[in-house]
Amino acid sequence: MSVAEHEPTTTAGAGTAARADTERRGFPTWARIAVLAGLATAFSIAYLTWGVTGNVAYVIERRSTVLFTMLIVAFAGAIATVLFHTVTDNRILTPSIMGMEALFVLVQTCMVFVFGLAGLSMLPPVAAFVLQAGLMVLFAMLLFKRLFTGGIGSLHLTLLVGIVFGILFTSLAQLMQRLLDPNEFTALQSRLFARLTRADPDLLPWVALLVVGIGVYVWRRHRLYDVVGLGRDTAVNLGVDHTRIAIRTLMIVAVLTAVSTALVGPMTFFGFMAATLAYQIAGRHEHHYVMPIAFLTGLCALVGGQFVLEHLLGHAGTLTVVIEFTGGALFLYFLLRKAAR
Amino acid sequence: MIELTDLTKTYGAATVLDQVSLTIERGGVTSIIGPNGAGKSTMLTIVGRLLKADGGTVTVDGVDVTRARGRDFAKRLSILRQENRFTTRLTVRDLVAFGRYPHSQGRMTGEDHDQVEAALGFLDLVPLGDRFLDELSGGQRQRAYVAMVLCQDTDYVLLDEPLNNLDMKHAVAMMLQIRRAADVLGKTVVIVIHDINFASAYSDRIVAMREGRVAHAGAPKEIMTPEVLRDVFELDVRVEEIDGSLIGVYYR
Amino acid sequence: MTSSTTTAPARPGGRSADRAPGRVAPYLKLTAAGLAVLALAVVSLFVGASDITLQRLIEDPEARELFLISRLPRTLALLLAGAAMSVAGLIMQMLTQNRFVEPSTAGTVESAALGILIITLLAPAAPLPVKMTAACLAALVGTFLFLGVLQRVALKSSLIVPLVGIMLGAVISAVTTFIALRTDLLQTLGTWQSGDFSGVMQGRYEQLWLVGALALLAYLVADRLTVAGLGRDIAVSVGLNYRTVMALGVGIVAVVSGVVVSVVGTLPFLGLIVPNLVSMAVGDHVRRGVPWVCLLGGGVLVLCDILARVIRAPFEIPVGTVLGVVGAAVFLFMLLRRSNHVRR
Repeated sequence: MSVAEHEPTTTAGAGTAARADTERRGFPTWARIAVLAGLATAFSIAYLTWGVTGNVAYVIERRSTVLFTMLIVAFAGAIATVLFHTVTDNRILTPSIMGMEALFVLVQTCMVFVFGLAGLSMLPPVAAFVLQAGLMVLFAMLLFKRLFTGGIGSLHLTLLVGIVFGILFTSLAQLMQRLLDPNEFTALQSRLFARLTRADPDLLPWVALLVVGIGVYVWRRHRLYDVVGLGRDTAVNLGVDHTRIAIRTLMIVAVLTAVSTALVGPMTFFGFMAATLAYQIAGRHEHHYVMPIAFLTGLCALVGGQFVLEHLLGHAGTLTVVIEFTGGALFLYFLLRKAAR
Repeated sequence: MIELTDLTKTYGAATVLDQVSLTIERGGVTSIIGPNGAGKSTMLTIVGRLLKADGGTVTVDGVDVTRARGRDFAKRLSILRQENRFTTRLTVRDLVAFGRYPHSQGRMTGEDHDQVEAALGFLDLVPLGDRFLDELSGGQRQRAYVAMVLCQDTDYVLLDEPLNNLDMKHAVAMMLQIRRAADVLGKTVVIVIHDINFASAYSDRIVAMREGRVAHAGAPKEIMTPEVLRDVFELDVRVEEIDGSLIGVYYR
Repeated sequence: MTSSTTTAPARPGGRSADRAPGRVAPYLKLTAAGLAVLALAVVSLFVGASDITLQRLIEDPEARELFLISRLPRTLALLLAGAAMSVAGLIMQMLTQNRFVEPSTAGTVESAALGILIITLLAPAAPLPVKMTAACLAALVGTFLFLGVLQRVALKSSLIVPLVGIMLGAVISAVTTFIALRTDLLQTLGTWQSGDFSGVMQGRYEQLWLVGALALLAYLVADRLTVAGLGRDIAVSVGLNYRTVMALGVGIVAVVSGVVVSVVGTLPFLGLIVPNLVSMAVGDHVRRGVPWVCLLGGGVLVLCDILARVIRAPFEIPVGTVLGVVGAAVFLFMLLRRSNHVRR
């Protein structure tokens, strides 16, 4: 447009770049990663061992399961959000709002609606997980295949259609919930809140395998994501098959989100929180810095939060709600503080 | 008369306008030229009171732009910036009619309707009057917006890059219409324009800016010299007289 | 245009001539639409758990009382709320210059619900007007927050704006849910989150006349809203006090949302689909659009409410839920249709 429109953005951009530069000089990125890793380890050990009495083996085992779950959720949430931000060239969205969590709610409601209270526990955990995650991935796949043709406009359209489908799912779920009896409704309601202690121990190794596989796949392409992060036009100019990469990446995002949601329930703003803090901590954009930092930041938040809430304050089940709240507040703060891209 | 006194505008560390003082007399067409980032559009936008300056004053016929009452000032000066992305589903006639808003506050009189028709006619838009804006080509839409500004019937009309998105034919037509607006309707037209040859051929005065200052100002024959153009654009420009206009040749 | 003479006393001849067919028809069409909505309203009056026929109405005083206390207020409430929410959507679309914005895609409605929740916590016994005021104030804050956020979004593509708004709404909802969960008000929250007219009766809906009046106000300032819809640059250039119009528009939207949410609950998508359908048919001139938006909004809501009462009679489904399903479907249709012939 005009000079008036452009000048502030360029100077602001120069300003942040300069700041990132001084930060970089002040405290090297690898050191930041090391500090975060140390913090995460310390929290983990503290969480596992704090005030263990009685049947030590049992308590440690139970806590390890939760810790294991938190590792997976932190990884899935953080990496999914970072990749989502990279592909959409936008840091104010979160992948979980595009209908997948609403689908989770709808599926759970359907189970109760059709089979009653038994619906929540009729399938073996592994089968229930596969069904739930599979449906979500299928939904995402259909959405991307049908609508996403490559351009940024079509990307926004895809996201918006996903969200509106989400609202449709939510409305349908509400419709069914209205017709449930109060007992069923209460049981369902508790299921619809994310709970880190819910995950089935038998399931975790398999999920971990899947997530590690994705992790390796993503890690080997971190330079590619750096290019994709420059925006579609630049990426295409540099010879990247942007459309193909974008669809593939969005599918990975879908799988990670589905896994996390099917495992513990909807955590809309957790990934956003981890990614946003990671950008601040990293002070640079390369994915081989940002992704580990996002993962470790998420892990610190989950394990540290769980440690404080469960061991120090005695509220084992409320962490996810607290994280949703903090993540949401953080979202608002960053939106209002600086120009969002 | 538009008078700018010590006009300053900064964005962070960047100074876009640096104590600009300039007088634009009544009547005729004044073109503002200069390289990218010279502050042309910013200056025009401040004069059109769409943007606040950090220092200095702008007066139009002696009235301070920042103190003037919006409605009264809108009868004196109108400004059109480049087309915005959102295309409203208004008909061309509806859009042009909003140029009468400062006069009628929405209650159109017969005279207002006449003005609308006259503006439509002036820009050859009569056949398109009842078409919706989103059904038009970019050039047609641009003309509709210019018609709206003319319909506002102000003494001063500011246009920010009115030739944007126009092909050669429509660019020439637009410049002719701007010229006619000054000659026939007696308006004072100020435009920001990139093409120095259009500026040379159609305007009465040229203001050349660089680095947030007015570098040169005067009649086309004073500005269209290799020395001045070299100073403003840092480019060697050969100036030839073709059909009575001074044309700069700078393509090679 | 030198040939256009001013001899005609009222309107210049050329203009009224080529506009003449387009001038008569709208009123006819509008009247026809009005009659259709009236017919729907009559149907709405006679649908319900207890059987009321015209004959019983004349003979049976009890039936008459039921009719006046419950049926008539319900239908009136539907018409008023439907019209007002649709107009609120229209105003939002003008102020943000975006077709996909309405109170429930801009955080306004979610803020209103948060406002009611907070006042319920602070003063559980507060009468409805107090709760309504809280809802309106919260809606006002939420809407300004949205507009503030929008100013900071660099790339204002037409689809990113509703994405940001929905995200903002989700954040506010998360906060609301968090508070409700901690205070055991989750169930109560549900009543504001889903529009429901089954509780409407005489003495419990009259606040909606206020939002009806606001829809009228929107009509009176229609030209200003249209100019604002052309963008700040043009609005200022034609001498509009842009800030005042923005504030007025946001004020109307906030009060309408706040009152509607606190009296009957959320009515999603109404403000989105109705103005868009009207825009396709008659364009974006607010003064021409408002009557249509009011009629269509009221009509759609009455229709959805009839559906909600009939689908699983004798049980009722909240109309907000029906709207969610129907509205989402229509919205999807609009989005996908738009993608077929892409225009920016």
